[in-house]
Amino acid sequence: MAGERNGGEVQPANGVHGGEVQPANGVHGGEMPEIRYTKLFINGRFVDAVSGKTFETRDPRTGDVIATVAEGDKADVDLAVAAAREAFDHGKWPRMAGSERGRVMLKYADLVEQHAEELAVLESLDAGKLLAVVRVLDVVSCVSSLRYFAGAADKIHGETLKMSRQLQGYTLREPLGVAGLITPWNFPSIMFFSKVSPALAAGCTMVVKPAEQTPLTALFLAHLAKQAGVPDGVINVITGFGPTAGAAIASHMDVDMVGFTGSTEVGRLIMEASAKSNLKPVSLELGGKSPLIVFDDADVDMAVELAVSASLFNKGEACVAASRIYVQESIYDRFEKKLGDTMKSWVVGDPFDPRVNQGPQVDKAQYERVLSFIEHGKAEGATVLTGGKACGKAGYYIEPTIFADVKDDMIIAKEEIFGPVVCLMKFKTEEEAIARANDTRYGLAAGVVTKDINVANRMTRSIRAGVVWVNCYFAMDNDCPFGGRKMSGFGKDLSMHALDKFLAVKAVVTPVHDSPWL
Amino acid sequence: MGSNGDCGNGTAAAAAGGGLVVPKIRFTKLFINGEFVDAVSGKTFETRDPRTGEVLAHVAEADKDDVDRAVVAAREAFEHGKWPRMSGYERGRLMNKLADLVEEHADELAALDGADAGKLLLLGKIIDIPAAVQMLRYYAGAADKIHGESLRVAGKYQGYTLKEPIGVVGIITPWNFPTMMFFLKVSPALAAGCTVVVKPAEQTPLSALYYAHLAKLAGIPDGVINVVPGFGPTAGAAITSHMDVDSVTFTGSAEIGRTIMESSARSNLKMVSLELGGKSPMMIFDDADVDMAVNLSKLAVFYNKGEICVAGSRVYVQEGIYDEYVKKAVEAAKNWKVGDPFDATTNMGPQVDKVQFERVLKYIEIGKREGATLLTGGKPAGDKGYYIEPTIFADVKEDMQIAQEEIFGPVMSLMKFKTVDEVIQKANCTKYGLAAGIITKNLDIANRVSRSVKAGTVWVNCYFAFDPDAPFGGYKMSGFGRDQGMVALEKYLQVKSVITALPDSPWY
Repeated sequence: MAGERNGGEVQPANGVHGGEVQPANGVHGGEMPEIRYTKLFINGRFVDAVSGKTFETRDPRTGDVIATVAEGDKADVDLAVAAAREAFDHGKWPRMAGSERGRVMLKYADLVEQHAEELAVLESLDAGKLLAVVRVLDVVSCVSSLRYFAGAADKIHGETLKMSRQLQGYTLREPLGVAGLITPWNFPSIMFFSKVSPALAAGCTMVVKPAEQTPLTALFLAHLAKQAGVPDGVINVITGFGPTAGAAIASHMDVDMVGFTGSTEVGRLIMEASAKSNLKPVSLELGGKSPLIVFDDADVDMAVELAVSASLFNKGEACVAASRIYVQESIYDRFEKKLGDTMKSWVVGDPFDPRVNQGPQVDKAQYERVLSFIEHGKAEGATVLTGGKACGKAGYYIEPTIFADVKDDMIIAKEEIFGPVVCLMKFKTEEEAIARANDTRYGLAAGVVTKDINVANRMTRSIRAGVVWVNCYFAMDNDCPFGGRKMSGFGKDLSMHALDKFLAVKAVVTPVHDSPWL
Repeated sequence: MGSNGDCGNGTAAAAAGGGLVVPKIRFTKLFINGEFVDAVSGKTFETRDPRTGEVLAHVAEADKDDVDRAVVAAREAFEHGKWPRMSGYERGRLMNKLADLVEEHADELAALDGADAGKLLLLGKIIDIPAAVQMLRYYAGAADKIHGESLRVAGKYQGYTLKEPIGVVGIITPWNFPTMMFFLKVSPALAAGCTVVVKPAEQTPLSALYYAHLAKLAGIPDGVINVVPGFGPTAGAAITSHMDVDSVTFTGSAEIGRTIMESSARSNLKMVSLELGGKSPMMIFDDADVDMAVNLSKLAVFYNKGEICVAGSRVYVQEGIYDEYVKKAVEAAKNWKVGDPFDATTNMGPQVDKVQFERVLKYIEIGKREGATLLTGGKPAGDKGYYIEPTIFADVKEDMQIAQEEIFGPVMSLMKFKTVDEVIQKANCTKYGLAAGIITKNLDIANRVSRSVKAGTVWVNCYFAFDPDAPFGGYKMSGFGRDQGMVALEKYLQVKSVITALPDSPWY
């Protein structure tokens, strides 16, 4: 496997930041969180798996076991679906007024806010995420997602139809039923709520399977939902693996839709499982290979700053990571030098240390996968400008890595690496940038850096992506639709569009007899 | 043959005997990039007249190579052509022109569908073709009303959404309403600015080719509409598994819907929308006018020979009027005239082909074997062609096959119920959820049942009340995605969020 270790010690990438970085073992400050919830949450109660089996979830800083968690399988999914079905068919949740559901969701948001610190620590520990960032970003986003959709729950309207004959028509938008929600490990809590909040607002009941790498916060959040007064059976959480628990949800005959965020490969399996079972609608938010396009007129300092966070944020473990950076030729050299310098000063280390910019990759498999892509890049003839190796003597740390001289057809320019690896490329004309930016099977996000409104408008129209950020990146918002084109999937998260996934449109038509006015 | 003296066997026989009107068939080749061309393989297949079983025309048989050519043409028209770049207003103008041309050729088109699908000529002229024209005009007027939203996002950002055409759309249509289904999918796709590859059902390829010709006459650019007649496992599969098709929309059986979704999952994860089968309940309450109820429920299951996904094939009648209903429904079925669809006095033509004909008869046998009581019909009618008598089974139980599976023929399953709660529960006891009918004068019952029944369309004191502005599509295993209404445009559009930084603004 790639990457000889960087001298034995965990260091800031390429040894900047004065040598030592925090040791990667032991939580910073000693506050190892108490792990309170490790069982499946079904019908309002924490229960063991039917099989009695458990699996280990590990601390990516050290590879040590944090907790053993109940391992859900088909039998457990069946129980969870039965609970969700009962809560949907006979329970209060889909029958109460939207405003009442909204009130419960607001209470839930308050509870999440009150437990922000515990949640943040749990999340950082399980996923290797920066504690300081989780505190101010992830947890805050969860709370605001709940509040956004709480306010949407009483604004779900059908339409009245002025039909072309003597008919009175209207549409009802009704909750779809039992939703299966399968979430990834990179933003465990944000992803939980990006699916759960709109599903709750719509009046659905749900079975959530968090990623096996990061099962802990979802269980904690289920506990808080119960405290908030979300009725039993409305939210069920089944921790476990994709091929067993995930497959049982995707192929279940009594699950009415599946919402998934994760890899394109697994998205494919989920869609197939639906096709082979009850043809449930599927929404897929999958991988990306998002371009960031920097034009001649950009402020280079600002562009570099944006490029660093766009590509390295969350260790590059973000589906929208800007992993292809196209820079116009007249500023390319300056940009390249500055980007290299900035990345060298990017501090890799214990995510509980507030000075650290980048924690470890989530687990061994991801760590090895990223290193193998780096080796591919070298073998393909791209030039390593900085990074290119693992770092630290324990845990899954990787140096921020820049490849230059990348060709569009290299594997590192085509496939999603999901790590701190950037491909840097030069372009001449706007037309060229558009063509190359679109030369990918993905279409999730794109970034454009320019001061010229005409360039900005042309680029935003021409790029095939679900979101285009101009002079900003990661500018996500609850009110801003998010989701991909092409093989980045279909269906939207966030915004009022996200509600559509959880609603069915019913048209109701009656004749209008002898009306003096139609 | 047949015991229903006046059910029209005579007419069917007469129809088979001669004097059949056969329309002139002008277009039998694939339509790719604005030209009628032979299949790459040179192969053709036969499309037959279901009145006689005789060959109507030999049609070019598309396979993977032809689909590839059609997709390339559609891709080129999308990536570099005018269609997605012209204003919605201009697209609307061309669509209106196409609508005018379809209207001008209504008689010829109705005859084409009549001969190809065994559909009633008269109804084709007054319902199918005008409805298709109306659909085109509805979406022509929608083409310049495709809006994004501007977003008041939190923080120093300016955000808006663009709704953009999704690209190349694969459209696979069924044989029961060849014209309607063509325009149900093609019209919103055109309005959105997409380019399309249409595969009409192999039973009924003719009118789609004609529409391609009219689209060219209307000035729709080459490559925007391509039509590739052929079979599901070859041409259909080539579309659904194509790496360069951006979305597939399908109307047809649940089995094929499943195959289509799987092949998308295995290829490029293209978006899929499915309008599949149904086993739609018609619920008739004690306070209904029985004559009106009989008339409506007869139409709901025998219209278009029961070859309709929304057929009201399960009829639930409340006990107070059950006996009267049964008597009148049997009478009505016996008076429903089976025969040559080109005869203006005929109520019902032949099933579309031999396979369907045998499938329906097989279900009738299953119904008898399961212990349901055959009240009328139950046999083929006429000695030639694929005619079947209007058939009513009583004493049907919910778990019988004839109450659970889509028969797609003139077969009614009749059941008695006592309470509103009971009928809601029974109506929902199906894997399907396409449509439902309610007959009552009581507003509370109407509201309660329309809320509680799991179906995409609920018709109260009416049935088949379709309208371009009323969304149509299924719950449960009747599929997902909606046709008709502004909501149907969503299938052909992508939402793009655009966010720009908004530094130093005195006002956010």
